[in-house]
Amino acid sequence: MKPWIRNIFLPVLLMLLSAPAFAAAADTAAVNSTEKAEEEQVDVQGIIFGHINDSYEWHITDIGDKPVAIPLPVIIHSKTSGWHCFMSSKIAHGHEHDGFYISTSEKYDGKIVEKGPDGEEIRPLDISITKNVLSLIISSALLVTLILCSARWYKKHDVLKEAPKGIAALLEPVIEMINDDVIKDAVGPNYAKYSPYLLTAFFFILINNLLGIIPIFPGGANVTGNIAVTFVLALCTFLAVNLTTNGHYWKEIFWPEAPMWIKPILIPIEMFGMFTKPLSLMIRLFANIMAGHALILCIVSMVFITIKMGAIIGGSMTVVSVGFGIFMDCFEILVAFIQAYVFTILSAVFIGLAQERPHAEGQKH
Amino acid sequence: MSLLIPDSGLLFWMLLIFAIVFVILAKFGFPVITKMIAKRRDHINDSLRLAEEAEVKLGQMKQEHARIIAQAREEQNRILKEAAQERDNIIRQAQTQAQDEGRKILDEAKTRIDAEKESALREIRGQVALLSVRIAEKVMRKDLSSDQAQLDLVTRMLDEATASKAIKNN
Repeated sequence: MKPWIRNIFLPVLLMLLSAPAFAAAADTAAVNSTEKAEEEQVDVQGIIFGHINDSYEWHITDIGDKPVAIPLPVIIHSKTSGWHCFMSSKIAHGHEHDGFYISTSEKYDGKIVEKGPDGEEIRPLDISITKNVLSLIISSALLVTLILCSARWYKKHDVLKEAPKGIAALLEPVIEMINDDVIKDAVGPNYAKYSPYLLTAFFFILINNLLGIIPIFPGGANVTGNIAVTFVLALCTFLAVNLTTNGHYWKEIFWPEAPMWIKPILIPIEMFGMFTKPLSLMIRLFANIMAGHALILCIVSMVFITIKMGAIIGGSMTVVSVGFGIFMDCFEILVAFIQAYVFTILSAVFIGLAQERPHAEGQKH
Repeated sequence: MSLLIPDSGLLFWMLLIFAIVFVILAKFGFPVITKMIAKRRDHINDSLRLAEEAEVKLGQMKQEHARIIAQAREEQNRILKEAAQERDNIIRQAQTQAQDEGRKILDEAKTRIDAEKESALREIRGQVALLSVRIAEKVMRKDLSSDQAQLDLVTRMLDEATASKAIKNN
């Protein structure tokens, strides 16, 4: 088999196979909760939010009553006692370590807190390596390796005499498509300055989206469905748009070409628009990926909700939900690409709009 | 709702990780790849353009080739025709020259024959005169040979005879 075919084929196959595995993983988790509360309803909300939210440990599954989780380092700075660094296994299951524990209160649910002098919960400065952070590190390492391997191929081979092989062959069409069809068309003449950022953003989002679909350890974290991650990405686009623009862009915002009486209305709208553009990027990516994760979990949970309704309904619903789960997983692979693409193309369009020259405007009017 | 509030720790790590990833990829990753892709695309475009030009040139050369061949054939025909003409000319010229030469030779021969004939006739006349004189001597038994007047008389008589003979012939 040609290596590049294997390169595409293997991840796709893995992802397709992982759909039932996803079901199995959630299976055990849910079975555990049903066993614990035989008569109670399945805590679908708990399962879903437990997955979607960040956590201090990487929970994999439960075997019987024993949870299997990868402990992660907790790094916190308390105003009273300074820096603390310990593994998350020490504060798991409601344990307390050095006065720190995971809160269950309304305000700081699921976060590490310490007790203040008056018994109130105080949130310390928390830069722990959480599940999402570890996932970010893994995906970033993977991304850097892939891209640098590809770049190394181009350095070692004469591009005019050889066709790319391996990773370079896998990535080249994607890079070419994003660079030529998206970035060049949307940004305009000086696109070369922005293409490294936009390509980085595209591949960063894509690889995190794809890893998020894989249900077991290296993947499965809801990284791009976390508002902090999308916030940083949107912030980068915001900075790229506003720090490298020209005077024409600022003039359009603060003194648009419009009748005098419209200006008081137009200026706040333009200023508002400056922030809504990256905000829309942030919310779109976050909501799409989070909703995708939540939807797959809902479909899988359907098995455990309907199992109580009897063997026939439960059995048939299991078939339906597994089939639907496979469909949703495939759909999420598509969404993973589409969302990365949309983020990149919109960022490129926003940058392109801010780069517009006055004479080009003049032609339009 | 905690979902919509960015967590400070994750925010910090995300900023850090994304910055590192961006710096590495923007410095060693994407520019290398995009430059190479652009280089190859330019190369392919150039090659296509060159191939097109070469094809056009080849067509031109083919036309030129055909033109040269046609020209050469024409030249060949012309030369052959000229050669044939030349040959005919030479033959005709040779013929006329030969005829001229022949006539000249004939004329010369004729004049020489005439001259020969004349001298022969003169000689014969001399001989005849001498013979006549001798005959006359014998006839007259008188030596007349030394007498010039006698000789002149004989010659005149001979002339008359030949003249009369010529008139008779005529």
